[in-house]
Amino acid sequence: MSPAPGKPQSDWAERYSPDVFLRCTAAIVSTELVKLRRDPSEIVTRSIQPALWLLVFGQVFGRLHAVPTGRLDYFSFLAPGILAQSVLFIAIFFGISVIWERDLGILQKLLASPAPRGALVLGKAVSAGVRALAQGVIVYLMALAMGIRLNWSPLALGGVMLAVMLGAALFSTFSLMFACLVKTRERFMGIGQVMTMPLFFASNAIYPISIMPGWLKVVAHLNPLSYLVDILRALMVESGLTTFGIATDLAVLTGTLFVLVLITSKLYPSVVR
Amino acid sequence: MPQPTTDAVAIQTDQLTRSFGSFVAVKALNLVVQSGEIFGLLGPNGAGKTTTIRMLTTMLPPSSGSAMVAGRSILADPVGVRKRMGYVSQMISADGALTGCENLLLFARIYGVPKAERRQRIDDALGFMGLADARDKLVRTYSGGMIRRLEIAQSMLHRPQVLFLDEPTIGLDPAARHQVRDRLKELRRSFGTTILVTTHDMDEAEDLCDRIAIMKSGFIAAEGSPEELKKQAGTESMDEVFIHFAGEFSDSTNYQDVARARKTAKRLG
Repeated sequence: MSPAPGKPQSDWAERYSPDVFLRCTAAIVSTELVKLRRDPSEIVTRSIQPALWLLVFGQVFGRLHAVPTGRLDYFSFLAPGILAQSVLFIAIFFGISVIWERDLGILQKLLASPAPRGALVLGKAVSAGVRALAQGVIVYLMALAMGIRLNWSPLALGGVMLAVMLGAALFSTFSLMFACLVKTRERFMGIGQVMTMPLFFASNAIYPISIMPGWLKVVAHLNPLSYLVDILRALMVESGLTTFGIATDLAVLTGTLFVLVLITSKLYPSVVR
Repeated sequence: MPQPTTDAVAIQTDQLTRSFGSFVAVKALNLVVQSGEIFGLLGPNGAGKTTTIRMLTTMLPPSSGSAMVAGRSILADPVGVRKRMGYVSQMISADGALTGCENLLLFARIYGVPKAERRQRIDDALGFMGLADARDKLVRTYSGGMIRRLEIAQSMLHRPQVLFLDEPTIGLDPAARHQVRDRLKELRRSFGTTILVTTHDMDEAEDLCDRIAIMKSGFIAAEGSPEELKKQAGTESMDEVFIHFAGEFSDSTNYQDVARARKTAKRLG
């Protein structure tokens, strides 16, 4: 594992065996889950926002019958969009945890260890993904209460879980990346506020891309949230719809996550400098 | 002049330099720490102690020069250095939402302590640091001294050859300070660990360290055993040794300078 003496080797070029990478990722994930199990209160407070969107916004907007939603009624169209949105809204502030851990000195200890930086980032991302599954349960319960016909086939449920985890991991890594760039809480909170709404509105979460003006269509196609909404809309509700195709959705989400983890693991050590 | 690193040398720096903009925090530092030594890095605020530690622990790349830690180059093999060293930062940095045992378990896994040995290693480390009874209590219920000892327990889990501690007793009451110093000496006695500490407390340095380097404005103003330094300064008081070598009001380190240096360091780092 150790390179020849005198041969320059940057952090970027570090080579780790896959088992070291997995072991370190798993260590971070299981530690995060111990903390979540001990204090699950955050899961409850997270349920408020999706409830507002579904019950208030959905009720009013649905009556207009102004949005072309294909063979789905507006609620069935909206529910997957709101699940994706709640995943985004929570994940986008996840990056503040790295600033907290820096201020507490925990990050310094992790960076002083031989753990691959990519494993530290991916561990964080995966634990954000597991946390987001709670969002899925909340939105499913609400959808059930509202009489939306859901797709209960095990394959579809498994697909939704995978998509929710992928989406949460992706946007939390995106958030970590910004935290690494701005480095302070105050600036980070500002950035978080600025990012969420454009990502949300420039997506297919509450209306289809087909009714957007041309320039916004381009933005929506570049927005990973559109692909998360698309796969959820295909799998979550009965007779679901997909614009891009499930395989494309998964490929885009996975590919984007991979690139973001790569960039963020490069930026990670700079947080403590 | 730097000699080739042998096993007897734990840390060796070669013209190690770091600047932040126009401010040179560490200037062409040449330092040799022998294996099994407890070495104290002293100096006023802004003298470059923490910057030196951050370079040696591979957290901050040097602007020029290099260093070997535990036989590995911080430039050519930073991961090799990280595997062989332990680091306790200035901050009280254990995770309060986890128990003492869970805090150690995270690092046992990260450092690749074999699964079969993890439990034993963790219990040994907690016992060594006098924390066996607090094993399953949440760290947020620990006292400052207990957290510090937990961090030292964590940093020794993987049996590092070199241990870096940045102000290990800062903010602790005298009894807790004494305990931490006592455990560090015992750590060296039991495992032969090389220990590099920074401190402001001259009496602590005299009690704990075999050798001391006093830094001033980024370079070493004096180096030697506490006895040698006292002789050189012509005094019996360690505080006077400090003032003799670092200056009563060290010229370049008034409050604004330190604040500016830290700010610059943060922005440019």
